[in-house]
Amino acid sequence: MTVAFLQLTLGLYFIGILLSLVYLLRRSEFLAKVALAVTCIGFAIHTVVLAVQVFSGEEVQWVTFHKALSFFSWSLVFVFLLVVLFQRLYVLGAFMLPIAFLSLVSTAILPSETPVLHPMFQAMWVHVTLSMLGTVGFAVAFVAGVVYLMQDRLLKSKQFNVLSFKLPPLDVLDMLNQRSILLGFPFLTMGILTGAMSAQITMGSYVSWNSEQIWALVTWAFYFVVLMGRVTVGWRAKKAAYLTIVGFAGVLLTFLGVVLKGNGSPIS
Amino acid sequence: MNIILVGLSHKTAPVELRELLVVPNSRMGEALNRLMAHAGIREGMLLQTCNRVEVYAVVDQVEQGFSAIQEFFVDTHFSVSAEQLLPRLYCHAEDRAITHLFRVASSLDSLVVGEPQILRQVKDSFQDALTHNATGVILNKFVKKAISVAKRVRTETRIAENAVSVSYAAVELAKKVFSNLAARTVMLVGAGEMAKLAAQHLVNHGVHEVLLTTRDPMRAADMAARFNGLSIPFEEFRANMHRADIVLCSTGASHYLISPEDVERAVRARWNRPIFLIDVSVPRNIDPDVRQVDNAFLFDIDDLESHIEQNREERMLEATRAECIVKDEVEVILKWLQSLKATPTIVALRKRADALKQAELQKAFGRLGTLTPQQQEAVEGLASGIVNKLLHGPLVALKSAAQSSNGLVYIEAARRFYDLGQSLPGQESVNVQDVQDLEAEDVATDALSPAPAEGTEQERMPRQASGL
Repeated sequence: MTVAFLQLTLGLYFIGILLSLVYLLRRSEFLAKVALAVTCIGFAIHTVVLAVQVFSGEEVQWVTFHKALSFFSWSLVFVFLLVVLFQRLYVLGAFMLPIAFLSLVSTAILPSETPVLHPMFQAMWVHVTLSMLGTVGFAVAFVAGVVYLMQDRLLKSKQFNVLSFKLPPLDVLDMLNQRSILLGFPFLTMGILTGAMSAQITMGSYVSWNSEQIWALVTWAFYFVVLMGRVTVGWRAKKAAYLTIVGFAGVLLTFLGVVLKGNGSPIS
Repeated sequence: MNIILVGLSHKTAPVELRELLVVPNSRMGEALNRLMAHAGIREGMLLQTCNRVEVYAVVDQVEQGFSAIQEFFVDTHFSVSAEQLLPRLYCHAEDRAITHLFRVASSLDSLVVGEPQILRQVKDSFQDALTHNATGVILNKFVKKAISVAKRVRTETRIAENAVSVSYAAVELAKKVFSNLAARTVMLVGAGEMAKLAAQHLVNHGVHEVLLTTRDPMRAADMAARFNGLSIPFEEFRANMHRADIVLCSTGASHYLISPEDVERAVRARWNRPIFLIDVSVPRNIDPDVRQVDNAFLFDIDDLESHIEQNREERMLEATRAECIVKDEVEVILKWLQSLKATPTIVALRKRADALKQAELQKAFGRLGTLTPQQQEAVEGLASGIVNKLLHGPLVALKSAAQSSNGLVYIEAARRFYDLGQSLPGQESVNVQDVQDLEAEDVATDALSPAPAEGTEQERMPRQASGL
């Protein structure tokens, strides 16, 4: 049942993405509304699916990588809806929704074995949720960075086309970039701390130096430097945009580490 | 009754001629009186803007009206001779005159298509004509329609959406970098006209602070007063550039005043916050290599021009959509005018029926001798009932047929059937009261009558007629 609903969600997100992309290149505000409506319906169904998965008994199931990705996708769409609600930035749909879509698709593509978890790891869900929320913040910052560079390039090359008309002003993008890192960073910090704690409980040591943990720490340090750089030496605007794009690559590598490590074997 | 227009615009006459014909506001009443004094002119309005002087009028005879208004123009200014003026004047009548005003009000005929001032000017001219009692039923309806058409064009097309002036384009581009200009600071280097205009636009958009610098201290004080800004000595403006989010440069200098190094220093001092530079001076005052500096956005006069050129093209596209709206609305007003042609006939028919009824009633009362008030009322009621029922069909048919192309045939037929005398085309006078009565009546019957029965009857009549 949930599979069918997830497919429906995917279909709706896909239509939302197509409409957002067309909206990006046409001077019609109407398309944005349609895209938003479709996305909202998809989001509602997605919410139901997630709720059913989480609250239907086996809580341990929550911690699977699939569900974490599904939660990530859901949160990203949620943030997109907030951004539209407060900033009217419909345009970002064309960039944020594809990431949400891809992460949801990957839950269908990745091998579906559920890593067997020791009952003691039930606190893992806190770690996963916090890490995912941090990742959502960095994903939004990544999108803001990409769009910033696009707009920057359009302005520099003096191309006054539909795209430059549609993309938000530079300061809005820079602010979005800053705020999403500021929100994402504490979540990642807490995610890493809870991860270390559960590792301590299960394996007796906080750090085991596997690829996931290394990349997580590198990512954390990177974003810490980015944040500090903004405050102390003015790493903002174009530089901040580049840095967040690089940072998100680090996040993806961490994910890859989880997949390689978690694929088929117990999470440890 | 015909709507005509005689006038000249930027398309037919140079400004030297146009400015001579402009009537000052203080003499508007006198001018309108002079216009109305010409024989055959029933209603009139004088529309004048910086780009056009036009007279709209409702006249009995088109040709006569044309020459009357031409005469009016020639009399307006003694130094303008008829030979000079007449070839420049365009004369339009009926649908062409109507289309013209609709296009003018919608800013489709303007020098800068889509500029917003014209509608205000049309409203003012109409107000002038109203205050001096120069307009009547037809012009009132016609000009109000023109105003509503202009509003429709404004809301349904994007004709006025993008900047088409260089100074405004600067604001539009600045908004691509800074979403909210309210917290921003603009620095004005030099006192060139275009930069001042752009600065004015920015101030109108709420720019927080204006910094000024020019080599001439007198001018600096002048401008500081105008923009309520802060004057900075010219030698120090580079050192202060980091304080500005937007730099507007327009001086008479023949070399570059701002180098990439200056901008780089400013951007660094701003902690990489973007800086937006506009150079409207020719020769340029900002080194074009500033473009290479990260987080600095430089636009020169050509960039602004190409930006508005694109906007202009877009306006042209929107203009074609606007023309369709105008065309539709002209149809509507033409139909209304057509329906007015039936008004005198309807009124005459009513009067004739009423007179017949009264005559017959008097005769009957004479024969019947003394009647009680109830009996008298009953007889009167009988007569009125028959007359009204008999007239209802023809009147409804006349009203609806008048809007169709063969309306005149109906009117002629009604006049012959009921022996109402000959109507001379163009000579029927439309009485304000009659039109208002009839329109009020239409509204009343529409509201009261059971819609389907009335509707089908009204629709059937003209169709049968065309079948005949």
